[in-house]
Amino acid sequence: MNDLATYNFAYLDEQTKRMIRRAILKAIAIPGYQVPFASREMPMPYGWGTGGVQVTASILGPKDVLKVIDQGADDTTNAVSIRAFFQKVADVAVTTKTKEATIIQTRHRIPEEGLREGQTLVYQVPIPEPLRFLEPRETETRKMHALEEYGLMHVKLYEDIARNGHIATTYAYPVKVEGRYVMDPSPTPKFDNPKMHMSEALQLFGAGREKRIYAVPPYTEVVSLDFDDHPFEVQKFDKPCALCGAENVYLDEVVLDDKGGRMFVCSDTDHCEDRRDCGHAGHMLARQEAAE
Amino acid sequence: MYVAVKGGEAAIANAHRLLADRRRGDRTLPSITIQQVVEQLGLAVDRVMAEASLYDRELAALAVRQARGDMIEAIFILRAYRTTLPRFGYSEPVNTATMKVERRVSATYKDLPGGQLLGPTFDYTHRLLDPSLIDDAAVEEPAVKEPGEHVMRVSDILDGEGLIEGDGRMPEGHVMGDLTREPMEFPMARDLRLQALARGDEGFLLALAYSTQRGYGRTHPFVGEVRIGEVEVELDLPELGFAVSLGVVRVTECQMVNQFMGSAKQPPQFTRGYGLVFGQSERKAMSMSLVDRALRTDEFSEDIVAPAQDQEFVISHADNVQATGFVEHLKLPHYVDFQAELDLVRRMRRDYEAANSGEPTKERREAAE
Repeated sequence: MNDLATYNFAYLDEQTKRMIRRAILKAIAIPGYQVPFASREMPMPYGWGTGGVQVTASILGPKDVLKVIDQGADDTTNAVSIRAFFQKVADVAVTTKTKEATIIQTRHRIPEEGLREGQTLVYQVPIPEPLRFLEPRETETRKMHALEEYGLMHVKLYEDIARNGHIATTYAYPVKVEGRYVMDPSPTPKFDNPKMHMSEALQLFGAGREKRIYAVPPYTEVVSLDFDDHPFEVQKFDKPCALCGAENVYLDEVVLDDKGGRMFVCSDTDHCEDRRDCGHAGHMLARQEAAE
Repeated sequence: MYVAVKGGEAAIANAHRLLADRRRGDRTLPSITIQQVVEQLGLAVDRVMAEASLYDRELAALAVRQARGDMIEAIFILRAYRTTLPRFGYSEPVNTATMKVERRVSATYKDLPGGQLLGPTFDYTHRLLDPSLIDDAAVEEPAVKEPGEHVMRVSDILDGEGLIEGDGRMPEGHVMGDLTREPMEFPMARDLRLQALARGDEGFLLALAYSTQRGYGRTHPFVGEVRIGEVEVELDLPELGFAVSLGVVRVTECQMVNQFMGSAKQPPQFTRGYGLVFGQSERKAMSMSLVDRALRTDEFSEDIVAPAQDQEFVISHADNVQATGFVEHLKLPHYVDFQAELDLVRRMRRDYEAANSGEPTKERREAAE
């Protein structure tokens, strides 16, 4: 049994990679359309990024530089685990720097720094179907996409407004791609939606358990659904990042003590470190330095 | 000063070291061998082989040991290995009529050609804890008949009279599907449904099968036959022009016979539900056959009124490796999305309090206009 544990470059066999690449090409040709593919069992659990991992494994070459983030951070456990997986099975160079990466696999965030041509952002997607929670049946939702029948989604958003005075969707906020398909941007906060629009980078989405791949090619129109009198808005934070002082970035709330103490810090750890290296300092960092 | 949590890598490595320690347990006790698992926990090995769709007792036993006895984890490990194996081809359908039967019972006839053969079954044991097992007391040699004779299938007896529908045939020119190589699509043909059920979670299928018995999609079932034994697996080699034997697998087959009152298109007759699984698992084979029959609503123009009849519901949720992954992924960090929700709830709370204090918020005014 000792000769069992040999695996191909990047784990997947070449035939499987070819099958996935075909699905990716089709997805790029029809932006926002969910292409069914024969997702494989991966050596990590479904729901933990198997779709993203399969997409990355299929496009990864020996010269690529890989960055993996989860919640915007390079050091969250699952990001560490996926990065280690590709180091092990593909011996590929890895980085935490957004600038240096050729492929960035992500869960729940888009890096703050603008991506450029030649970079690929691979999203891990749990539920690829934006209409799923309005209609649980795949047979029905595929029909709705085919007929461009998105009324139900607008009704849902309208009901939000009627009930709450505003749209109560904060993440996985639906977008329309190139004026045709309504697409789930994966559970990124809606804060990140505008970054998808006319992005220079190729954006690929992999849903392993649900067996779907979809894509947004570079320079593609991605519009968040809204109404004329209730335009789409992103989250705003009252304070800048406590460590690097950045404004207009997505912040995580960190509980400091049991007396209601909170601080807000960049969710994108690389962006935050970069700014601190350039001499920016938020109030917590400044206070720390003053104390020293 | 707050310091962001770092060192995921070291934490993961240490967690895995601890896991390995806990898996091994007390080092003064001998480690169980793979062969011991194969021989003495055979039904655990069978379940892992069945739901991983890989017939290899040693590898399944290794997976069971590696998973510390967690069946779904073992199934997962074995599947992740199976998926990397090349496909040389697809075997011919196994012929269970030529099975070397070790157990065979029918509930529809008192006696029948080949007889009722109990075999190694828990049925009729009294479930009393057996203290003699603690000290590994000697076990009697079993009394077994020479196997060999082919035993007629009960469904063939009924078929001779024309009282039961024919054995399931796919339409002419139908190419047999493979769930593990093609994306799923609904509605799904019966061959693929059976593959999904054969790989499906035993507990889930058991519960669904049970629900049909309690009136949620009733199918009026009788166990035509359950048989367990070895069948030959053959592969057709185009170069040779005939099929060659690849070896022998042990399977459990259940043919459920269901009452059917007939419809505008079909005369009254018995219909079938089919179950076939690797190894010995009557519970799984029987559950599978009940669910298979329940899912055949389109063939018999039956209304879908219960979960067990709804193929998209059943097939999409039967896979325990998928299910456990997605349920357990909730423990991964979700703080970015949670932050967005926190923000929303705080905002809605402000609105709520403002509304209750009588002052309309700006947004509410706008919405009302």
